[in-house]
Amino acid sequence: MLSASDLRKGLKIQIDGQPYIITHFEFSKPGKGQSLYRCKMRNMITGNQFSQTYRSNEKFEKPALEERKMQYLYNQGDEYHFMDTENYEQTFITREQLGENVSFLQDNMELDVLFFDEKPIDVTLPIFVNLVVTVAEPWAKGDTSGNDTKPVTVETGYVLQVPPFVVEGDKIQIDTRTGAYVTRVKE
Amino acid sequence: MLHQRAAFFQAIRRFFQGQGFLEVDTPVRQPLVIPEQNIVPIPSAGHFLQSSPELYMKRLLAGGCEKIFQICHCFRSGERGRLHLEEFVMLEWYRLDCGYTKLMGDCECLFEFLESRVTPWHFPVSLCTPWQRITVEDAFHKYCSMTPAQALDQGIFDLLLVEKVEANLGDKTPTFLYDYPLELASLARSKVENPGIAERFELYVAGVELANGFSELTDPVAQRARFMEEYAGMENFPEGEKKMPELFLKDLGKIESAAGIAMGLDRLFMLISGQGSVDDAVTFAPDDLDV
Repeated sequence: MLSASDLRKGLKIQIDGQPYIITHFEFSKPGKGQSLYRCKMRNMITGNQFSQTYRSNEKFEKPALEERKMQYLYNQGDEYHFMDTENYEQTFITREQLGENVSFLQDNMELDVLFFDEKPIDVTLPIFVNLVVTVAEPWAKGDTSGNDTKPVTVETGYVLQVPPFVVEGDKIQIDTRTGAYVTRVKE
Repeated sequence: MLHQRAAFFQAIRRFFQGQGFLEVDTPVRQPLVIPEQNIVPIPSAGHFLQSSPELYMKRLLAGGCEKIFQICHCFRSGERGRLHLEEFVMLEWYRLDCGYTKLMGDCECLFEFLESRVTPWHFPVSLCTPWQRITVEDAFHKYCSMTPAQALDQGIFDLLLVEKVEANLGDKTPTFLYDYPLELASLARSKVENPGIAERFELYVAGVELANGFSELTDPVAQRARFMEEYAGMENFPEGEKKMPELFLKDLGKIESAAGIAMGLDRLFMLISGQGSVDDAVTFAPDDLDV
């Protein structure tokens, strides 16, 4: 069990049978008053956010969360299939649950999958992924608009802004935390 | 920032010396601390570190000191956040034969003096006097649409104060929130014309609570009863430790009337130096310490 004084940003707690992560935390205590623990939380399954202020006598359960190393295999419609690299068990995560992560999934990629109550709820991608540019417009010479980037599409269908020298077929490194271009990868 | 902080402390001392106050110091480690439900003291080899020098400051008043001040470190377990450090610097000053309104005037004069002595000055609001004043009753009516008594009955007084009231206080000038329900001021005197209200105030600037002052309760019998009420609410405190500060109670009877105030200097310096948290306003924050 966790008590209110354990609450802090990033802590995961269980409320009404659901796992929540604390996204904002503030300790408050009016003069001569009680300690109050003000939290903003995100439901780790639905993504719903809510705020709640707790007092020092409140107790919380730790959610039954487990991270497993898995390999991404393939997708079938909106179902994305993964395999546990230790016991070879397979499972799938829906496109909705993956959210923006879908943009960076490559076949055979190894990543951490978060399970709650034996059900996969989230993935943690490597910070950097290398993806091949599949569509790139040539840089319009004489472009005087002042833009020093152009949009390209990579193999997963993700579109991002890159420097003008990037051409179709290039492999580029992308930061999965921001979705931004990092560098061109030479092979 | 070290220079600014040094100038800040120097200016405070100069202000009180100029007003005829005597600077005093009292024991930091105390065998017995003030019984307060919501303050958890930090043990120190059979003693406790002070949560406030209040008891000993009042004993000096009883001994005949008329105007005293102290700058000292105070300790409160588990209080940690943007505005809280478990070890923090407190300024307390006390006046014999005065009530709490005199202390409000002191605050106005002190801040005006600091503004003239401390540079740079990033204080978020104007110091134009008179500062805003609002009673707890009016504030709860205005921001929570209920009375403080109703909030206390429902056990949500502190919650509403933090979530609805505080953010509105001290937005144009520093603001005094005053006249608290008696149960929220165990060492303060009640109003003659309204015994359910304590002559207590808090000073707020930009939603930040800076100081707590009150007209002192000087009746040892009433004070003993209030301490017993506090102890009754301290469920986790060992029964054997629930002792009465007898020497303090004896001295209290020698005081006719007095008023005292405690001001958090790390928070005040945070506002003056334009920092966002007390961690950024102190010389070494908890995260800067070797472990």
